[in-house]
Amino acid sequence: MAVSDEQARDELGERLRKFVGRPAAVAGAGKDPVNAPMIRHWCEALGDTHPAYTGPDAIAPPTMLQVWTMGGLSGHPGRTGAYEELLGLLDAAGCTAVVATDCEQEYPRPLRPGDEVTFDTVIEEVSGRKTTRLGTGYFITTRTEVRVAGEPAGVHRFRVLKYAPAPHRPHEPRQQRRGPELHEPRRHQEPESRRRQEPAPSKPLRPRPVINRDNAGFWQGVAERRLLIQRCTACGTLRHPWLPGCNACGGLGWDTVEASGEGTVYSYVVVHHPPAPGFDPPYAVALVELAEGVRMVGNVVGVPYDEVRIGLPVRAGFRRVDEELTLPVFQALSSVTAVER
Amino acid sequence: MRAGERLEPLEIPVTRTLIVAGAIASRDYQDVHHDPELARRKGAPDVFMNILTTNGLVGRYVTDHFGPKAVLRKVAIRLGAPNYPGDTMVLTGTVEEVDGDTAVVRVVGANGLGDHVTGTVTVTVPGANPEATP
Repeated sequence: MAVSDEQARDELGERLRKFVGRPAAVAGAGKDPVNAPMIRHWCEALGDTHPAYTGPDAIAPPTMLQVWTMGGLSGHPGRTGAYEELLGLLDAAGCTAVVATDCEQEYPRPLRPGDEVTFDTVIEEVSGRKTTRLGTGYFITTRTEVRVAGEPAGVHRFRVLKYAPAPHRPHEPRQQRRGPELHEPRRHQEPESRRRQEPAPSKPLRPRPVINRDNAGFWQGVAERRLLIQRCTACGTLRHPWLPGCNACGGLGWDTVEASGEGTVYSYVVVHHPPAPGFDPPYAVALVELAEGVRMVGNVVGVPYDEVRIGLPVRAGFRRVDEELTLPVFQALSSVTAVER
Repeated sequence: MRAGERLEPLEIPVTRTLIVAGAIASRDYQDVHHDPELARRKGAPDVFMNILTTNGLVGRYVTDHFGPKAVLRKVAIRLGAPNYPGDTMVLTGTVEEVDGDTAVVRVVGANGLGDHVTGTVTVTVPGANPEATP
């Protein structure tokens, strides 16, 4: 499956590219006007003693441009459905991690304390699927125009990589890990020195699912990143896990429906002890009730293990656990928006 | 200001305090910039510097060099190797072009893992080249 996983037509990429040109934020407003305390905190943190940033005629450090548009802990008020949808699609596909890679700013005029900032952001570019050393994912570029009283005050182009973290394999030679891409730095995003300090025995793999005639269709679906529910062709009852016959009517005929992926945690356990080979406790295992009504077991990701709760909304995604194994996982939806980008 | 001019290198000790203070001063509460445990769960060995702090440091490096009158016009950066606590980033810069009182400076910030940041900064220094009338 590894090969088809890498080389499959990039259907997700095609869906993502439809977002190009759509707004990511419309008439966003800075949470605070440009102000001296935030400027001072910034200058203190960065050790910036430029005299233009203090005193009665102070300007804000131009590189603070993005700061005035940040959502902070309470999130982004101006963000559009399109952008949330784009991020949600990536989360559901297992691209749950994000790293900023590029920032390009222009400063046509200085910002001064008292300036009220507004901004509009457009999704400028979405790359095809890229394999980087961090993992496989997509680069998203946004362009934000910042205004004060309707006048242009700055342009901010920002690129992030939203990706599925690569499995940690300390033994693999560096050359094999080199992805076709991740920008030019001589060495790169990965903690090389740390890797060298970790000549640990190769990590045990997760146990393989037991695939048989009765459930092969389910795992075939997972390999294609589709979550398939069995349906009785006699009475239409959905069932999971996969079984040879219908629990409701005993019928032996069946077909499948693809799950929407939406669900909620019906129940869960957190595994602390004993550690089993291939697992990294503590982790949460949930019984998720899918929107279609059937329940399915899987890991809950995207939220700390101790924040999983009954009723937590989740969305199914897929995680490539190692070279041969992809598993369905459930991404907690409450964590999806808690990230600045 | 002249093309080819090299800026004095600036060493930035990458402390945990700098990483967290920079993240909070830039209103960036992503856990990877302040919570080592959550950073590890996302595959990083520790917290790492956010891009806004790097951006600010690159701007500071250039205005430190060109003095109190220096005004930043553009800053464009690309990140590579992350800045983790305990590392040192050394910023170096070279003036690539000069047009009147405006210069384009190529900046590189290297740490123990490689290049953390590469980029260009356009800066205007009023009256810097009074004799230059191209």
